[in-house]
Amino acid sequence: MTDSNETRSQMPLGLAQRGYTGVIQHLAAGDAGSALSDIELESRLIELGFVEGARVEVLHEGLVGRDPIAVRVDNITIAVRRREAMAVIVA
Amino acid sequence: MELPLLHLALVGTPNSGKTSLFNALTGSRQKVANYPGVTVERKEGFFVTPMGRQVSVVDLPGTYSLRGRSPDEEITRDFVLGKATGETVPDLVLCVADSTNLRLTIRLLLELKRTGRPMILVLNMFDIATRRGVTVDVARLAKELGVPVVTSIAVRKGGTADLLALTDEISAKLAAEPQENSWRTLSVAELRATQREADRIIADCVSLPARPDTWTARIDAIVLHPVGGLVVLALILFVMFQAVFAWAQPAMDLLKSGFDMIGGLVQATLPDGLLQSFLQNGVIAGVGSVIVFLPQIILIFLFILLLEDFGYMARAAFLMDRIMGGAGLHGRAFIPLLSSFACAIPGIMATRVIDNKRDRLTTILIAPLMTCSARIPVYTLIISAFIPAKDIWGFINLQGLVMFGLYATGIASALAVSFLIKFFMLRDYAPAPFMLELPDYKMPRLKSIAIGVYTRAKMFLYRAGTTIFSMMVLIWFLASFPQPPAGSTEPAIDFSLAAIIGKAIEPLLAPVGFNWQIAVALIPGMAAREVAVAALGTVYAIEGGKEAAEQIGQVLATKWSLATALSMLAWYIFAPQCASTLAVIRRETGSWTWMAVTFGYMLVLAYAASFVTYNVAVALGAG
Ligand SMILES: Nc1nc2c(ncn2[C@@H]2O[C@H](COP(=O)(O)OP(=O)(O)OP(=O)(O)O)[C@@H](O)[C@H]2O)c(=O)[nH]1
Ligand SMILES: [Mg+2]
Repeated sequence: MTDSNETRSQMPLGLAQRGYTGVIQHLAAGDAGSALSDIELESRLIELGFVEGARVEVLHEGLVGRDPIAVRVDNITIAVRRREAMAVIVA
Repeated sequence: MELPLLHLALVGTPNSGKTSLFNALTGSRQKVANYPGVTVERKEGFFVTPMGRQVSVVDLPGTYSLRGRSPDEEITRDFVLGKATGETVPDLVLCVADSTNLRLTIRLLLELKRTGRPMILVLNMFDIATRRGVTVDVARLAKELGVPVVTSIAVRKGGTADLLALTDEISAKLAAEPQENSWRTLSVAELRATQREADRIIADCVSLPARPDTWTARIDAIVLHPVGGLVVLALILFVMFQAVFAWAQPAMDLLKSGFDMIGGLVQATLPDGLLQSFLQNGVIAGVGSVIVFLPQIILIFLFILLLEDFGYMARAAFLMDRIMGGAGLHGRAFIPLLSSFACAIPGIMATRVIDNKRDRLTTILIAPLMTCSARIPVYTLIISAFIPAKDIWGFINLQGLVMFGLYATGIASALAVSFLIKFFMLRDYAPAPFMLELPDYKMPRLKSIAIGVYTRAKMFLYRAGTTIFSMMVLIWFLASFPQPPAGSTEPAIDFSLAAIIGKAIEPLLAPVGFNWQIAVALIPGMAAREVAVAALGTVYAIEGGKEAAEQIGQVLATKWSLATALSMLAWYIFAPQCASTLAVIRRETGSWTWMAVTFGYMLVLAYAASFVTYNVAVALGAG
């Protein structure tokens, strides 16, 4: 599989299945529908290392609604809910 | 000339080893555990550097930025910026990093640099990084960042030697250049730019291994499996309560026979009279009956500490997130609630990691419903007196099962209360996000576990010796005076103040099946829950004489109906919490109202639960 940005379509991390690997393209906090304000959500995501170019992999998912997910972001693992992960656009 | 005290502050991302470092430097025993958000307060300690400089060092809650979005992060921000009233700004900030995970700390460091405080980057956990094959070009990193860099291993003897040497070197030439603080809240663009810059520097100076921690991946494959993970969680809790019953028994029997022996000795050597009665009924039957539970307390803390140190807590929070979310709880509420199993006080303090005010308040309100360790004596006493110690299906201890049930009821009612709060008060309210770092597993460290268990055991005994003892003196006095008139035939205790008070309250408690002895025990039980056990011990000992003093459990079995016993268990699931918990709620919410609300709702629940339990049990023929 060639992993270049041209061949893979962009999607929110919030829709990714377990086992998905990709690279962060950009953040779109406005689309997430999180309880946080857009700025707050984006700030928090960046502080946890979700920035453009970071490699992500969905390692685990919860039982109910496959939520939350445990995401490998470069070399740390972060648990997030899918709702917030919708703000992270990956490909 | 004596140099002034040097002020250091430990700042860094959560779980990077700040408190471990603090303990290593100062010889303190602050709580260390393998999950983010352990430290929620500012703690100061002192030490002397190898060159003889007096140093004050402050341990702070971990944070990813200086924005201060939750109460614990505000503490760190205010301290670093010198905003906290009456605080000096630190002379030197030690920015502590987990060397296996530098990205977030280096970004934080770039932000911290704007405060203008002199700084050192401490690459902690360097042992783990080395083992994983991470190599850091320390000199280059220092040059790129413009701050001195030093490696450290907080948990190893001598692991902070380099840091100490560097501190000496730097503090010698500090003073002169007071720098301006140009920090203000970073915009999203600035945040992003600092993270980019951090990533660039890391790419230049750090070579990361190809392989992540394979152990963590393997364990997580089971522990975080959508179904398997929940089974493991249930299993862990189940084993924990079985163990509390099964494994603690021999040690408890030993303690008990020890106290019986002392009791017998007192009986045999001292003449009949007040002194004998005080020692035998007040001290041994009262305080002794609480101390007997020490082995169980130790076991439960051992389990919790092992799970904490191993790194399981954050996983449990992950597994429970949706279930708790359904009840309207914040994902970060899990760890505070779990700590409340030990004691509601640290649990309520730990809610400081929750950023949203309303979420934090909900968590504080329900934390006392988690079965704290002080309830163990009450539960065990009644369970061992009324529930037969038989095995079902050959391997499940029935007593352990009932205990498990009591804990489960506590949890279920906490979720239910939270759900009701959400339903009635916060209807329009979207769920707060859950974002939590899942740290790599670490082998629990024998020393820190031992220290943890020791500290808890000491605290328990200290309480037994102070609060519980003084309550017992009071109860013994109330139960012994006034003495019966000469020639009366009724039991002496019927003339005592305790009986008068107890009987005055009894009508209120009769609908839930409590007799006057229980009424007497419940009130001092407010000082500390275990006192209820001690008080029952004393009251029944004075009433029943020698045999009663030795076997409070058996006495209960003859004096109470099963319905009363079950009602008492139900009462203690909700029992209005101890005075110190109420004080902490008052402090953390900053409001007397919320304290009163907590007290009120728990009292109502306790009464209702006991009422239902008692009447159902009586109807089923257990009266
Ligand atoms: N191997 C190793 N483990 C360490 C080292 N320093 C800390 N640890 C472990 O890392 C975990 C976290 O340590 P803490 O000292 O609680 O971290 P903290 O930065 O105070 O965490 P918060 O208070 O949550 O911000 C614990 O399990 C420690 O035993 C180290 O140098 N080497
Ligand atoms: Mg700490």
